[in-house]
Amino acid sequence: MTAPGVQAEPRGEVRAPPTAREQARSLRIPFAILLVVALVAPFFIYPVFLMKILCFALFACAFNLLIGYVGLLSFGHALFFGGAAYLAAHAAKVWGLPFELAVLTGTATGALLGLVVGWLAIRRQGIYFAMITLALAQMFFFFCLRAPFTGGEDGIQGVPRGKLLGVLSLDSNLTMYFVVLAIFLLGFLFIFRVVHSPFGQVLKAVRENEPRAVSLGYKSDHYKLIAFVLSATLSGLAGGTKAIVFQLASLTDVNWPISGEVILMVLLGGLGTMFGPIVGAVVIVLVESYLAQLGGWVSVVQGALFVVCVLAFRRGIIGELSRALRRPL
Amino acid sequence: MTTVFGVPIQALFSQLLVGLINGSFYALLSLGLAIIFGLLNVINFCHGALYMLGALVAFLMLEHLGIGYWPALIISPVVVGLLGMAIERTMLKRLQGLDPLYGLLLTFGLALVIQGVALNFFGVSGEPYDIPAQLTGGKNLGFMFLPNYRAWVVLASVLLCALTWFVTERTRLGSYLRAATENPVLVQAFGINVPRLITITYGLGVALAAFAGVMAAPIYRVSPLMGADLIIVVFAVVVIGGMGSILGSIVTGFGLGVIEGLTKVFYPEASNTVVFVIMALVLLAKPAGLFGRTA
Repeated sequence: MTAPGVQAEPRGEVRAPPTAREQARSLRIPFAILLVVALVAPFFIYPVFLMKILCFALFACAFNLLIGYVGLLSFGHALFFGGAAYLAAHAAKVWGLPFELAVLTGTATGALLGLVVGWLAIRRQGIYFAMITLALAQMFFFFCLRAPFTGGEDGIQGVPRGKLLGVLSLDSNLTMYFVVLAIFLLGFLFIFRVVHSPFGQVLKAVRENEPRAVSLGYKSDHYKLIAFVLSATLSGLAGGTKAIVFQLASLTDVNWPISGEVILMVLLGGLGTMFGPIVGAVVIVLVESYLAQLGGWVSVVQGALFVVCVLAFRRGIIGELSRALRRPL
Repeated sequence: MTTVFGVPIQALFSQLLVGLINGSFYALLSLGLAIIFGLLNVINFCHGALYMLGALVAFLMLEHLGIGYWPALIISPVVVGLLGMAIERTMLKRLQGLDPLYGLLLTFGLALVIQGVALNFFGVSGEPYDIPAQLTGGKNLGFMFLPNYRAWVVLASVLLCALTWFVTERTRLGSYLRAATENPVLVQAFGINVPRLITITYGLGVALAAFAGVMAAPIYRVSPLMGADLIIVVFAVVVIGGMGSILGSIVTGFGLGVIEGLTKVFYPEASNTVVFVIMALVLLAKPAGLFGRTA
């Protein structure tokens, strides 16, 4: 899927397209703003709420790596998020692993699942790719429903947060917040690096014109699979962190509404923009918590947002902003 | 009692029947998806929600207007088909020429809206819908008990599939449809109103789903969630069969329903996942799908 957000240049204007390095440089100011907001926010807003936003923002950024920069729409990313959540929770609770190793276990789970699913799914393109990932994720959901270690409908509850590196207790929400922020920034900067690397340029080439990329000698399947695994790994990092922070891994994390939610976050924020997924995650998590008392209407609102975004707002919030400011964001 | 591979023959045949029934719904839904995809290049994610809506409309008509099963079997698909045409005219039409993934996202959003609204009015548990008086009871075939209603569902689905095949392959409308699938611009140049053809096709496709929904109502409960899980299985069916051929969709739909039913007898733990496993195997062996023409 082409990302409308990046094509901000009006036609007819002669200007050399910015190089990857120039693009990266223009992101410094918004990144500084993000950093300041993230550092100050926990002193004004309930940290647990912020951690939820951070986990979903990382998840959305990971998802955007795939749809925004390679043009692959996965409808099954809950698989990696939820699978990692289960394994991280299991590692922390049953195996008694410390925080870092439990999150790493989750991340590795995401990578492994991503390798298997990606290897199968990249055999088809476009909408078939979306349907295959959705079906495989549903299969995994049924597996989790039956597998003994997931605790079925109850999920894995009461996961201990443990201590960071064996010394720093994570029971305080504020401490936990800064650890989660560090994890998020690590993931975000990694994606930033990938997107602005020569590898990232090839990914964009595959998105824009796959046959041409192939004719230039790039093995597009190879690149797609690597991007898929990277996206799944980072989704795993987000899911694993989420399970430890909220001390819970449940069927909700692997079910298809989560896959839909992450798509909506990226779509609303702006496909193929660096900061769009973060903004999308903030908006969706806010909408959900404000509408929580309305119960079932949340999914109606989400569905309506989908419809509005697709019909009238395809660039997303950051995509529109980037167009107005004439610079990539 | 006669047994096959250690399974009582009654159990085997009754699960086969359940498989055939599920297969009927898979076939009707994947058929609609394939027809819509052929012309609109859109995968209709709200197909499951419209199937549910078909059942719900039938239920509401019985509850509030006293309109029974047989009229509902006609009225409900018409109502849902008209709604589908409105959706196509007002929304899907605007996405022409864009990446087909946007169509998927739009219809996913619509599915959330339809299902969400239904959930808020009817709750999760659902309502029962009685089998019409003419089709209650059943026949003892000696090796199994065949409920009349279930026999009717399989029969009606086969007939409807055959009718759809006939319309697309043997009538003038069908020839327009197939031609427009191949090259809409050229067909339009011959003076055929392609936008109207697209609207009609979408309406017919979702009407098939609604018809399946009405038939499903007496078998399963009428529940807002009845379409959500079904549509994902149907997607897997579509990936397995490929969307290139009408006959392929029908065969794959019924075949997978039967395989699923048999799995319920021999290895119940895998009955939910067997279709997805087959999908993975087909992707490995024949990525374009069993009846698919291009990747």
